Amino acid sequence: MGFLDTLLGRTKPVPPNLDALFSLPTAAITLQAAMGLRPTGTGSVSFRPTEGRAFHDIEADVRQLLAMGPNAAPVEVTRDSYGFTWLVNKHTSDEMEALVTDLHAVNTSLADAGFGPQLLCTLVGFDDDRGRKLGIVYLYKRGTFYPFAPLSGERRDNALELEVRGQVGSDLKIEPDLSRWFPVWGAPGL
Amino acid sequence: MVQTRYAPDRGLQARMGLTMFLLGLVFVAFVTALVFVLLAFKVGAGAIIFFAVILGAGLAFGSLFWSDKIALSAAGAQEVTPAQAPQLHGIIDRICALADMPKPRVAIAQSDMPNAFATGRNSKNAVIVVTTGLLRRLDDRELEGVLAHEMSHVAHKDVVVMTVASFIGIIAGLLIRFAFYGELFGGGRGRSDNNNGGALPILLIVMLVGIVTYAISFLLIRLLSRYRELAADRAGALLTGQPSALASALTKVSGAMARIPTKDLRQAEALNAFYFAPALKSTGEGGPSLSNIFSTHPSLERRLQQLSEISTQLGKQ
Repeated sequence: MGFLDTLLGRTKPVPPNLDALFSLPTAAITLQAAMGLRPTGTGSVSFRPTEGRAFHDIEADVRQLLAMGPNAAPVEVTRDSYGFTWLVNKHTSDEMEALVTDLHAVNTSLADAGFGPQLLCTLVGFDDDRGRKLGIVYLYKRGTFYPFAPLSGERRDNALELEVRGQVGSDLKIEPDLSRWFPVWGAPGL
Repeated sequence: MVQTRYAPDRGLQARMGLTMFLLGLVFVAFVTALVFVLLAFKVGAGAIIFFAVILGAGLAFGSLFWSDKIALSAAGAQEVTPAQAPQLHGIIDRICALADMPKPRVAIAQSDMPNAFATGRNSKNAVIVVTTGLLRRLDDRELEGVLAHEMSHVAHKDVVVMTVASFIGIIAGLLIRFAFYGELFGGGRGRSDNNNGGALPILLIVMLVGIVTYAISFLLIRLLSRYRELAADRAGALLTGQPSALASALTKVSGAMARIPTKDLRQAEALNAFYFAPALKSTGEGGPSLSNIFSTHPSLERRLQQLSEISTQLGKQ
């Protein structure tokens, strides 16, 4: 925010950065090769719905858009306890590219309609044979990724998260500020 | 072409800019008057003015630098960890991610008065305080609206802006006090040799200048504070996209506040400027009444009206 913005008490909404999402498939290959973490094929987009008709219409359009096409994946819509909407997109484990394309389509539809500032994060799920779970979270406003590994009882596997950071650091732009690795407990798709 | 739904309120910005310009004008007039007094009488009030400025600057700097600690202890608030208040932290996490802001510290005050405030000299030292009364009365969506309002205060650096704006008021207030005591005790010390009666008019004039400055800047600061509140309401509502949730929180909080006896609220008076809704009962029934001019927050009607305008604007196809 500029000096004048501060002085006049106006905040401009932060536009999302969308294109970085396409680096996810490469990172998925690295994760599988280096740590045995496979993509679950499930990804979700989280956004804050605004009140009023306009947003409701856009949301319906997006769901329709994802349900069309030759290899359309099932789409689920859930609402979390914070009032955020999650569009969950379920592909198979080897369709990472298709998943990312779908997630990107959601983003662009919302952003084109003027609701880009409402986008919170995108989450892509990974797991392995030992039952470890990992989400790679993309923060739209920062344009950065961070790992989120939930354990039972709202605890995080910080060791796993830091290991993942080391492995995919060259594929993805990882959020450098650790205080912004905010948890998304119970996020759909994890 | 990507459309945007976030039109700034030019009218509000213009009024805010004008208020700040007038405050600057008062400041210049104040300094000019003091210099004029000093030059005209050559002797006397210099030391008093000097001390008032030094002490005023010290007070303003201190209250800015330690604003988080002062406010936390004045409100009796305790900082809480994510484990102690997971839902509260979760809401703030999401607001921070939406607004791309660093996360402030979070504290809870044990008070039945439903309220919240944000303080701290910059976003790194910011603390958001909510009372247990607020947590109990509001549902999560309303709480989110209130927290987004407070986060907007942090983003707009309202603590700094209001401290700088109050600076002349503080100095003028000190000057009145010093001139008054100077007259009582100091009398004509040091000036009595050339003119015995000379000290009295100087101090009287200094006092008069102080009083006028204080009165005008007081009204302007209150006006500025009301505009900053409207700006924070606006930014908060646009951030969450739920202006009606904030409106509902405002109605709930104001309704609950009016029923609380004033005796409890007296402790809260010093913190009023930073509160979400003022703790003191307002008797104004809308329109530009006397109590509206003196209050730090806009009337409920004014705030609700702005929020419903934003709601309409967001819903446009």
